Amino acid sequence: MRTVINVEDISKQYRLGLVGTGTLKDDMYRWWYRIQGKEDPLLKVGEVNDRSKKGTSDYVFALKDVGFDVKQGEVLGIIGKNGAGKSTLLKVLSRTTSPSTGRIRIKGRVASLLEVGTGFHPELTGRENIFLNGAILGMTKQEITRKFDEIVDFSGVERYIDTPVKRYSSGMYVRLAFGVAAHLESEILIVDEVLAVGDIEFQKKSLGKMGEVSRQGGKTVLFVSHNMISIGSLCNKLLVMKHGQVDFHGDVKEGLNYYINHMQHVIESSDLSESLKALPEDEFFELLDFDLKQEHSDGVVFLSSRPIKVCYRYRIKKRITGLRIGFDFIEQKSEMTLFTVFHDDSYKTVEPWQEGVYTSEAIIDAHLLREGSFIINIAVCIHNVRWIINGELKVPLEVRNIEGITPVYGFEKRPGFLLPPIAWRNEPAGE
Amino acid sequence: MNSEKNQLTEDWDMVIEPRSSLFSLNLREVWRHGYLLMMFVRRDLVSVYKQTILGPLWFFIQPLLTTITFTIIFGNIAKISTDGLPQVLFYMSGITLWNYFSDCLTNTSNTFTTNASIFGKVYFPRLVMPLSRAISGLAKFGVQFLLFVVFLVYYKMTGSDVHPDIIGILMVTPVVVIILAGLALGLGLILSAMTTKYRDLFFLITFGIQLLMYATPVIYPISSMDAKFRWLIQANPISWLVEAFRHVYLGAGELSVPGLAYSFGVMAVILVIGTVVFNRVEKTFMDTV
Repeated sequence: MRTVINVEDISKQYRLGLVGTGTLKDDMYRWWYRIQGKEDPLLKVGEVNDRSKKGTSDYVFALKDVGFDVKQGEVLGIIGKNGAGKSTLLKVLSRTTSPSTGRIRIKGRVASLLEVGTGFHPELTGRENIFLNGAILGMTKQEITRKFDEIVDFSGVERYIDTPVKRYSSGMYVRLAFGVAAHLESEILIVDEVLAVGDIEFQKKSLGKMGEVSRQGGKTVLFVSHNMISIGSLCNKLLVMKHGQVDFHGDVKEGLNYYINHMQHVIESSDLSESLKALPEDEFFELLDFDLKQEHSDGVVFLSSRPIKVCYRYRIKKRITGLRIGFDFIEQKSEMTLFTVFHDDSYKTVEPWQEGVYTSEAIIDAHLLREGSFIINIAVCIHNVRWIINGELKVPLEVRNIEGITPVYGFEKRPGFLLPPIAWRNEPAGE
Repeated sequence: MNSEKNQLTEDWDMVIEPRSSLFSLNLREVWRHGYLLMMFVRRDLVSVYKQTILGPLWFFIQPLLTTITFTIIFGNIAKISTDGLPQVLFYMSGITLWNYFSDCLTNTSNTFTTNASIFGKVYFPRLVMPLSRAISGLAKFGVQFLLFVVFLVYYKMTGSDVHPDIIGILMVTPVVVIILAGLALGLGLILSAMTTKYRDLFFLITFGIQLLMYATPVIYPISSMDAKFRWLIQANPISWLVEAFRHVYLGAGELSVPGLAYSFGVMAVILVIGTVVFNRVEKTFMDTV
């Protein structure tokens, strides 16, 4: 397969802060250098774009020396934190802004969908907007006329086609807009998270349409998303962006693993050891170490498809009866406790603990959790006497589902926090 | 391997680079987007008067009211000469031309700022947008022009002192309209490029257009101008257009071929500068807007 997009050392520089009096001065400065035939002096000042650190210069690079190739028929996912340069890259590729340095060469017609419904005019009818929007996206009149019925059919707004779109429900509006976009005839399609719109039924439809487009049409698709599930199911290549640079480029499975393992941690491990030290002293018990473990995980982001180990290391200072170690598993946003467990839940008798250092390990099964943010609240108590630790130590964890169960209809918006593999049997029952 | 290398050096449909030469205008690309241009014109025409009770009637009402106002204030109170022409026709001819110019200029000068949301999401040659404005403005001009013709016929039939020159009309009208459109578009392009970075200009534009109207023989004929200031008015390329227009339709005013040639020259220069400046800004305006 031939290379259809060739990106060479693209950089994009932005000026930070307000565009004020400085710009005219800088403009003159640039102009002075340019007429002397020298390079733009301000272009060198920028540095790698890390939002969390304050830079020394007013100029930053949203993209820095980005280079990669895309072959025909590839579906390239682009992922990265906010501010990693994903959107800037898309803007440069779709020519809405121009790069500061570098060169991009493209073979084939490009249609970019950085948004659905660009240029929709509320006063115009659905029919008028299909033609207007199609033309904006680069379709010719013949193409739109030919696809018109298909678009109307796809979006399911036939009854309202001669009504101004301002009277549409937001769902209808989005469906119509995506309908136009989905029927573009181009060799290269650039898509930016437009799938994060509409109801589930429609999301599934549009995801399906995208997959169909790339599989059957041999189209090359560039797809930017935060959603690892849709990236995992749609793309075959992945580009991980970080601080405006390419962090990883290659196979999608490998890439998602890489991304998960290298994501910035919500909590640094040093924070945890400090919280451990800050615990009030107890005459019986001292928690030495606590850790969440999973193969290939960094301790913060976990895959739902593999078991998570909850590991404790602690010292018993004095012989004690009724000591219980466990945790509450809490969903972060709703603060709902999903379950509470203790180490002795399966024991029949209670033995006293002798002095010494111990480890305990709890295993949360694979395929129990669905994607989400959770908190483990460490709990240690003397049964029916008092709490030793409860509420002082809360450890966040992110669960991602990239190789687990992905039902046909998707489950992003289904209620619930768990996704256990429930077995079903469906049979015709006869009369 | 060799063929692959060859493929890498040639055979690309599109190359995106930071800065291309000043004159790579891509006019062919604008041409290819003819259908889009048409759709934008249609959008402008259809959407403006939707949900107004009088609809396109507003096209008539606006120039009529202005004409009445001008007739009362400048004609009857200030008693400014109208070259011996009926006041209504005199003002209406000026207003019809001027309205097109000022509408077209205001509408194109804010191209980037009003369309930032579209421009930020989709690429098409940006020039299509101001062009569509200039063309949809023509429709409004056409309607107002018809109104003027109706009045002209009425006055002629009731025996007023007007002398339309049919051959002159056929020859001069397209020339006047084209030069006027080119001037408005060119100026609009220059201003739109400048307003993306320096917003202050917005306030100047409205004010500037108003001032310019008084430097154009809309409410007075050139002939009434003191010789000392006449050159100032004559330096204004629009003056020649208004005068020529009045000459062929009403029979008074100065039809000067060198004057029209001068207007055309200024128009050409402004249009070229405008297109170049606009093209320059269109590549990076998303970062400054």
